[in-house]
Amino acid sequence: MLAYLIRRAILAVLTIWAVSLLSFIIIQLPPGDYLTAYIAQMSASGGFISQEEVDALRHEYGLDRPLSVQYLRWMRMVLRGNFGVSLEWSRPVSEVIGDRLWLTMVVSVAAVVLTWALALPIGIYSAVRQYSLGDYLATLVGFVGLAVPSFLLALVLMYLGFTLFNANIGGLFSDEFAQAPWSWAKAWDLMKHLPLPALILGLAGTAQLIRIMRANLLDELRKPYVVTARARGLPEMRVILKYPVRVALNPFASTVGYLLPYVVSGSIIVSLVLSLPTVGPLLLKALVAQDMFLAGTIVLLLGVLTVIGTFLSDLLLMWIDPRIRLEGRK
Amino acid sequence: MAERAPVLREEPEETIPVTAEERISVATQWQLMWWRFRRHRLAMVGTIVVLLFYLAVLLADFLAYVEPTASEAQRSLLPPQRIHWFDEGRLSPHVYGLTGRRDPVTLKRVYTPDPGKRIRVRFFVRGGFEYQLLGIIPSTLHLLGVEGASPEETLFLLGTDEQGRDLWSRLMYGTRTSLTIGLAGVGLSLVLGVVLGGISGLYGGVVDTVIQRVIEILRSIPTIPLWMGLAAALPNDWTVMQVYLAITIIISLIGWTELARVVRGRFLSLREEDFVMAAELSGCGQTRIIFTHLVPSFLSHIIAATTLAIPVMIISETSLSFLGLGLRPPAISWGVLLQQAQTIQALAISPWLLISAVPVIIVILALNFMGDGLRDAADPYGH
Repeated sequence: MLAYLIRRAILAVLTIWAVSLLSFIIIQLPPGDYLTAYIAQMSASGGFISQEEVDALRHEYGLDRPLSVQYLRWMRMVLRGNFGVSLEWSRPVSEVIGDRLWLTMVVSVAAVVLTWALALPIGIYSAVRQYSLGDYLATLVGFVGLAVPSFLLALVLMYLGFTLFNANIGGLFSDEFAQAPWSWAKAWDLMKHLPLPALILGLAGTAQLIRIMRANLLDELRKPYVVTARARGLPEMRVILKYPVRVALNPFASTVGYLLPYVVSGSIIVSLVLSLPTVGPLLLKALVAQDMFLAGTIVLLLGVLTVIGTFLSDLLLMWIDPRIRLEGRK
Repeated sequence: MAERAPVLREEPEETIPVTAEERISVATQWQLMWWRFRRHRLAMVGTIVVLLFYLAVLLADFLAYVEPTASEAQRSLLPPQRIHWFDEGRLSPHVYGLTGRRDPVTLKRVYTPDPGKRIRVRFFVRGGFEYQLLGIIPSTLHLLGVEGASPEETLFLLGTDEQGRDLWSRLMYGTRTSLTIGLAGVGLSLVLGVVLGGISGLYGGVVDTVIQRVIEILRSIPTIPLWMGLAAALPNDWTVMQVYLAITIIISLIGWTELARVVRGRFLSLREEDFVMAAELSGCGQTRIIFTHLVPSFLSHIIAATTLAIPVMIISETSLSFLGLGLRPPAISWGVLLQQAQTIQALAISPWLLISAVPVIIVILALNFMGDGLRDAADPYGH
């Protein structure tokens, strides 16, 4: 178990390092550097900056050093919680991002939780009651989740909400809470707005997990030990839940690690359609305006939080599933 | 989330008469696969739909009746036109002429059909804009056309966008772009996946561990922000073609991992098979074992995995272009078309802009069914 834990932890650290490297590449990719953009901004607003000043600034920011040194400097800055200054907003990046990062994670985690909460019972139901009306319904939902990209689903629901109920279903807060400081009332307001985006984001994953759960449970239900259990007079609920479901859960375990990155990824684009106050719209704006410190930081923080989230879900699984817990002993 | 369910075969095994049994025992592997694939009805339907779509890719110019860039300010945001099939009891498809005027209150253009003015719709018409069929044969033949008027002014099957461009014709060209980018992207990730997955499965050891960790790392990073970052760095002055290629590369760079996983898995399981050992004992070289013994026995699995990877590529391109970071106008793709339907305001005024979502969904479903069927068929001895 310890070996497993260490292996996952090492992998998580490696992944975070890879994310930081990729974010740095994204910051570096556009032609020019932070200063060229800064100078362009200065001259646009009528200011003047001499060549000596430029050189001095360049030296101060370390832009005349090799890339590897610049990366290390950036990492040191980041580790101290200093993410640089956003060009577009002329404010520290951390201030610009503010609550948005946490809201992104709240929406994503809600989507993952909803995915599990829906896929597990529906998957069990459609395997146990194979070919029933409910099973066909679940299959239908599966197809929709498979074929409709989440942003299209969001668009269609927005349109339906508008035409049928004349209501705007977007956003995470009611108008009166949007700018308000955090309070219990605001948090409750958030909870009320959360289910819809979570459902939209989670549908594809739910569809897939239902299919996996159904298929595995069906295989499992045909095995002799189930017949034995039944023949011995165990109550049906117990027969199903005690063993076959637990065995069929295995692939849930292997997919959960990829669920969070997938959902976080989707949340970026869905947020744009539903105008959710997450980092999605901010990232898009930053990229279009080539505000690279802001964009790079968002990619970095999203990646890091996702990796940590995945690591935590791994721990959770280890605690649930004895097979993983015992794997290291082999 | 690329993990997929093992597809079930619920139907009871067919009772096979003796003659058929003989047929099976002498059939080649591909014949067996075809028989098995044929039994999967949804997969057959999916395959036909996919083939039709790729036919539309080849014939986009023929199916469109107006140049996709032809705009007409007088015809902006026109709702889809109804085709009237019968005229006084006789089959004679026609549309009504339209008069557009600006509503003085909402400043929106309002169009009223004029039943007195009937414009006949004809099939297989010569005329209209010229194009080169399959890129070589010059032609002016189009599936649809109208009689006695220019199609730019009268025929709008799916309505028009803000700049008065015909949505049907644009959709045809968008289909071409989106579906070819799907294929090209898959082609690239296939090369990456087969090479890296092959190396990983064949040599094992440290190389295998490194490649597997790289795959795991790539899969645990949210992809869309990464794509966005890379795509946003493409210079603004690049041509449509350059952007097209760059986007293809970007989506395949991140999409190869699943294919690599499949290839590696097959290599690992086949390496232990008796026939490989037999080949080794008979003194076959490494190359011969790979290409004459190993590759044919997992080719079908790769084809199935590739089919299942195409929809992922299509969704990626559509998402990126939808965000405005993928293909950019004047390029036309499904994502570019859907970008116009991005806001609730646009949808409220012109809901028909959302029609572009229909082919996206149909193609993704069809490709998934086809891929599922292929994956089942790839293992004709299974179950």
